[in-house]
Amino acid sequence: MSLSVAPLVVSLIVTNRIRKYVRTNILKRWEQPLKYALFLSVMLFAAEVIFSDTAVIKWVWHAYLIAIIVFALKQEELRLLRMFIVAFIPFELFSLLGDLTQLINDDFYKNHENYFNNATGFSFIWIAAILFSQNRQFKAAEKERIKRQHEDELNRAIAIRKVELEVLVAERTAELTEQKEELEHALNELRATQTQLVQSEKMASLGELTAGIAHEIQNPLNFVNNFSEVNTELIEEMQEEMEKGNMDEVKALAKDIAENEQKIKHHGKRADAIVKGMLQHSRTNSGMKEPININALADEYLRLAYHGLRAKDKSFNVTIETHYDDSLVNVNIIPQDMGRAILNLITNAFYAVNEKKKAFPPPQDGLYEPTVIVSSAFIPPKGGQKGAVLISVRDNGNGIPQKVLDKIFQPFFTTKPTGEGTGLGLSLSYDIVKAHGGELKVDSTEGEGAEFSIILPV
Amino acid sequence: MKILVVDDERDIQTLFEQKFRKEIKEKQMEFAFAFSGEEALSYLNQHEHETVLILSDINMPGMSGLELLRKIKEKYLKPPPVVMIITAYGDEESYNKAKQLGADDFLTKPVDFNYLKERFKT
Repeated sequence: MSLSVAPLVVSLIVTNRIRKYVRTNILKRWEQPLKYALFLSVMLFAAEVIFSDTAVIKWVWHAYLIAIIVFALKQEELRLLRMFIVAFIPFELFSLLGDLTQLINDDFYKNHENYFNNATGFSFIWIAAILFSQNRQFKAAEKERIKRQHEDELNRAIAIRKVELEVLVAERTAELTEQKEELEHALNELRATQTQLVQSEKMASLGELTAGIAHEIQNPLNFVNNFSEVNTELIEEMQEEMEKGNMDEVKALAKDIAENEQKIKHHGKRADAIVKGMLQHSRTNSGMKEPININALADEYLRLAYHGLRAKDKSFNVTIETHYDDSLVNVNIIPQDMGRAILNLITNAFYAVNEKKKAFPPPQDGLYEPTVIVSSAFIPPKGGQKGAVLISVRDNGNGIPQKVLDKIFQPFFTTKPTGEGTGLGLSLSYDIVKAHGGELKVDSTEGEGAEFSIILPV
Repeated sequence: MKILVVDDERDIQTLFEQKFRKEIKEKQMEFAFAFSGEEALSYLNQHEHETVLILSDINMPGMSGLELLRKIKEKYLKPPPVVMIITAYGDEESYNKAKQLGADDFLTKPVDFNYLKERFKT
């Protein structure tokens, strides 16, 4: 009797190999049945040993091995093991053939036992060879698998990092969006402030002058009040003297009273003239264009500017020349707006000559005569171009340096010390002239003066 | 008592002479008039010790009232004349400047003559 060592070894190898495969590929539902298969193999062998019977059990071995081989080959999940399992087929076939031959014709088997044993031996070597090569392939595959696992891990790490980065990017984007919104808000506020500033500049250029002029009115009004008070006192006194019969004194008092009346009248008219001049400018701005005599408009604002400055600073003095073209036709303009533009040019001219005068303190003050020239002219139509009216304001101040010449019409550009100018005067004048379809030009020679010209098409 | 009034408005002379005619008649007060800061200084040079009170406007052509005040306080230390500044501008800047330069009083136009009379008496 020979124990079925070979079938045991074969069945153990097969089941073990499958178990290993199942474990590495995480096919859990196979683990338990494979344990039973191992157990069964051992049990079969044990049965042979215990019952000393191989004649029956070897057939069970055959059935068992064939069952394992057929079963394993049929499983789709184990398809990668097919090559390995196929290697056991020759062994099983030869041993089965041997046993069958022995059963049918024992003599024939005994005569040819060597062949059968050799065939079984070769099939065993065959299994060993297949196992060896399979093992190598398996190891390579295992390496590949580990490599892939590493890559997967790497990819997973990258994916996690990517998610983190995306969160970071989203945070940054949110921050930036918030900052952008804040900036936009600030910008809008700045724009609103600028609009307000332009508006207040419109008021300021005129308002400052009228404030000065209001003080100028105060002086004659004070005289009117004071002299009329004095006259009341003088009249009382005169009545007293009349009662005393002191006629010489009465006559002298009457003369004083009459003189005072003249003074009241004079100062009353003085105040009246100033108020009349102002009223022309404080008319509510209709924003409507009307036909306007440019000469009269320029002259009004020239006087306004002059008196406004003098009211504040009587040491301010300037020679004013006017050259008005009397043949000018009326121009359709918004008088308050254009007046403001002209006013800005004139106050700038006054400022310029006053600044230059500071360089000539007494006794050198005879060396420089501050002069502002306001003139108007008609530019006849030429070569398809419409005719135009020109108003120019020229001063003999310090002029404008070449490098700032192209900036002077920009909002907030000023050469005046902080607090003295808003830098909106010329920009405003420029806008007003542009809105009238006209042009505002500047011509300046440094050290000699500047000339600003408004050209309005008619 | 001699008072120098400095103002570029010439009618101020008539006004003061009539307002204070009783005092002038009774020789309680004597007025002198200057119509600019420069004129006031040349007057003071000639009549230094006679003048005890100076009334000055601020806004005048040429030398301003504040400049005049500065010069008076610098130059005429003994006896120091009383300088009162009168101005149409009651603004704080002028007030502070005047006080800083040593003005003894600061009045705003229109002048309250009754107040002025009270001040002259003291």
